[in-house]
Amino acid sequence: MKETFDLLFEYLSYPFIRYALIVGVLIALSSSLLGVILVLKRFSFIGDGLSHVAFGAMAVASVVGLSNNMLLVLPVTVVSAILLLRTGQNTRIKGDAAVAMISVGALALGYLVMNMFSMSSNVSGDVCGTLFGSVAILTLSKLDVWLCIGMSAVVILFFILFYNKIFAVTFDENFAVTTGMGVKGFNLAVAVITAFIIVLAMNLVGSLLISALVIFPALSSMRVFKTFKSVIISSALVSVICAFLGIMISVLLSTPVGATVVAINIVAFGVFFSVGAIVRRK
Amino acid sequence: MPQIICRDLVLGYDKKIVSSNISFEINKGDYLCIVGDNGSGKSTLMKALLGLVPTMGGVIERADGLAERDIGYLPQQTELQRDFPASVEEVVLSGCIGHKGFFPIYRMSDKIRAHKNLRKLNIDGLQKRPYSELSGGQQQRVLLARALCAADKMILMDEPVSGLDPAATLEMYRITESLNRDDGMTVIMISHDIEAAVKYATHILHLAHEPLFFGTKEDYIKSGVYRRAGEGGIRDERDV
Repeated sequence: MKETFDLLFEYLSYPFIRYALIVGVLIALSSSLLGVILVLKRFSFIGDGLSHVAFGAMAVASVVGLSNNMLLVLPVTVVSAILLLRTGQNTRIKGDAAVAMISVGALALGYLVMNMFSMSSNVSGDVCGTLFGSVAILTLSKLDVWLCIGMSAVVILFFILFYNKIFAVTFDENFAVTTGMGVKGFNLAVAVITAFIIVLAMNLVGSLLISALVIFPALSSMRVFKTFKSVIISSALVSVICAFLGIMISVLLSTPVGATVVAINIVAFGVFFSVGAIVRRK
Repeated sequence: MPQIICRDLVLGYDKKIVSSNISFEINKGDYLCIVGDNGSGKSTLMKALLGLVPTMGGVIERADGLAERDIGYLPQQTELQRDFPASVEEVVLSGCIGHKGFFPIYRMSDKIRAHKNLRKLNIDGLQKRPYSELSGGQQQRVLLARALCAADKMILMDEPVSGLDPAATLEMYRITESLNRDDGMTVIMISHDIEAAVKYATHILHLAHEPLFFGTKEDYIKSGVYRRAGEGGIRDERDV
């Protein structure tokens, strides 16, 4: 046991591991906060859909040879988020169908583009890395870390400043409109923030597994907690703890980072599910 | 003096007209019941009054110092809300959301107002309880308390008794009557139950594809529309 801890502390002395931890925990925190909104509004699959769009954009960007992929990935994802989160109201294609369509469409096109035009010798390696999260989280630059810190700060600030509005709109959007608060602007903000988080989270868990970061902490917390505030706080804590444990374990056992974090989240869900069942039986 | 005047309203969605030629007035202290078959545009009319959906023609005028925010809304419960993690207090306080502008937290006055409404509706013992664990009648009263936090001049209720057991239904009608009579609130209620509408309301609007009737309850009872509805089947002339 002592050896494991020694090894852990040795690893923690490497800056790239510290960066990975900081970024991982912050992404987990932000995505879990947003996740509460998305799960409660029945938008669980938005994260999935957007991450596939981001994957498609990433493929195109790398083939075109952009110096910085984010220049293409971020705007494309933001626009898709705005379009997808608008569906709910007055659209011809129902929300879930629209998400599924865009999601698999972008995935297929992204893979197609990568296969047809890629200069890389290891296409399947690139694809696998983008889908399941790569070692990219261990090769983060200082800029990536700061970007991540800044974005997380925006999300947390958004939650603190608009906490009551978030509740009002999530619980009953129509009612919130009748009270005269600017629901449209609010929804737009949620869409843009969601897109940013998704793009950032691609570094950590890859685009196939992002949904897990978004939905698991919220779903776990809702098994046990029954008020909005407690669900939000619990989601944030669960997500941070799972991300921390997941990254540490993956470093110690050399398992893939994203999959490990998600696996820990599944375990946490199991625990919350059991606790919820026991509490309810009493 | 009328608070809301509707003239020649045309309602619908997706470019399809559901209901047209709707004209009526609501005065302060009125208790208007909107009745009619499913699909006759009752909910759409209510949403148009609240500014939630655009009208396809005609005008809705607010008068007598009634602002859009003075109208409280008791919507039908959605499936989404039934298992929503929220305490009663959180739900009721969210009615005050329009008062605070950019101020991020609720003020003391909001909390007092919320508590007053909880007491008025006889649910002040429930404020820490999870909303999802309440009975249908209690949930409905929580949503009503929220609406009263948002506005106290006028309340719009969309089928407030649907899904409630007889005791809870009676309680809901009693509360509404008291809001109307004791607090002087104008009430607009969508109802399926014509007998209850005739019993409690002062005015009736009977919608089909066109309004079949608008007027006081007394005139409604004398009208052919009411008699035919009682015989189990009112039909819009165009359907025949």
